[in-house]
Amino acid sequence: MSGLAVTPVLAQLSDDFFGDRQGAADRCPGNNELCPGWIVDNFTDYLNPLWEHVLLSVIPLAIGFVLATGLAMLAHRYPKLAPPFLAFVSILFTIPSIAFYLILINVTGRGFATAVVALTAYTQVLIFRNVLTGLREVPQGTVEAAQGMGMSSRQILFGVELPMALPTIFAGLRIAASSTVGIAGFAFFAGAGGLGQSIFADPRFRGNVVAASVLMILLAAALELAVLAVQRALTPWQRAVSR
Amino acid sequence: MIHAALGPFGDAIEFIFKERESQAGTVRVGGLGEIWDFTSTHLLLSFTATLIATAIALPLGIWLGHIGRFQFLATSISNIGRAVPALGLIVFFIAFLGVGFTNVCAALVLLAIPPILTNAYVGVRGVDPETVDAARGVGLTGTEIATRVELPLALPTIMNGIRIALVSVIATATIAPLANVDTLGRPIISPNVYGTAGQLGSCIVVALVTLGADGAFAALQRAVTPKGLKVGQRPKARRFALKFPIPTRSTT
Repeated sequence: MSGLAVTPVLAQLSDDFFGDRQGAADRCPGNNELCPGWIVDNFTDYLNPLWEHVLLSVIPLAIGFVLATGLAMLAHRYPKLAPPFLAFVSILFTIPSIAFYLILINVTGRGFATAVVALTAYTQVLIFRNVLTGLREVPQGTVEAAQGMGMSSRQILFGVELPMALPTIFAGLRIAASSTVGIAGFAFFAGAGGLGQSIFADPRFRGNVVAASVLMILLAAALELAVLAVQRALTPWQRAVSR
Repeated sequence: MIHAALGPFGDAIEFIFKERESQAGTVRVGGLGEIWDFTSTHLLLSFTATLIATAIALPLGIWLGHIGRFQFLATSISNIGRAVPALGLIVFFIAFLGVGFTNVCAALVLLAIPPILTNAYVGVRGVDPETVDAARGVGLTGTEIATRVELPLALPTIMNGIRIALVSVIATATIAPLANVDTLGRPIISPNVYGTAGQLGSCIVVALVTLGADGAFAALQRAVTPKGLKVGQRPKARRFALKFPIPTRSTT
């Protein structure tokens, strides 16, 4: 992955932290203006960070979704497991991401993988909570009807409970998507690049800040819409009822 | 000896407790005195921002929930708030309005408003309509219903929103040094002065401060929850549902 190749980003960063204010003036005549022209000219500079950011969002979401859904199904079966797990991931979620990244690089090293570990940990509480709530909110009568038809508990879980929980599950996934994009903004502290690094490279140059921030917002919106599209495709019965 | 065994963490912990030379050797950095200065600025900034955001968003959210209209507004604010990254918001304010306590505080207020507003709205809307009808039946006015029935019943959800806001504000205040406000983030973004030990030491303090604030707020939350709701919380499943409300379902 490209992130692995990034050498001590922060070490370089500290030297030109407020970076290049001189440079900004060169690139953008007329003081520190917004400069749409500059953004258009330099747009290609943002494509690589954008791609890093996409990977930093999609991969943790995918891993986190599989992990949290599995754990939630376990917790649904053995309800005693839910409170301790939820308490654990809630504490993880509370730790500020910058601190999390910087503490983690002392354990697992700097790079893309470390950022993915932290970001996956952050998705857990959002997805787990919603999957479990969704499973628990399936009406008792529906489950009993399935049992009465002779379905096994595995068939009930995959054929009845999970499908009925999908709207709640996807609501959690959607929140996780946009929050992961936001937290990945700090992933460069773990040496994984992303759009946050572009912002930090020159945080007082308006053109730079606007270009990178807008890309982050668009990415968050696009991911949420993608999740929504998958949800619609998977739950055709919902459309039939609500529209 | 113990420090050596802990590796970078031992050095970082030493930074928290003992002053040392800066990287360039020109000034003294670290030690409890400086860490305390950073921490107090950090908390002052965070509490100010959360307080202002609460003063703005709470009455608005309760009112919107009470009249039960403008769901679109509450939903949009929460959606937009989720999509706008904290980093982008802070840096945007710095780039366009300049540095300083006031500007970074204003950015943090904007960050804190969506969760408070959404939870207040969802909490009030989630009050059992029959309870509201009963209150109306015994002759309570609209304002009385809002303040004496809906507000207490929605309090756990409302407090949860403020707690989410406070935690994310404390986390984001870490990048306030970009605006020349010396919070605990100062050693984190200036490792060329404070060294990697200072960076890691500050991270540990930031994490502890956030967890401490979250825990303190959880205690406060339990203290202000009306007795009637605590009784209702006793069954396991219900406690789970109340403690971790999912605002998403009713807002989206």
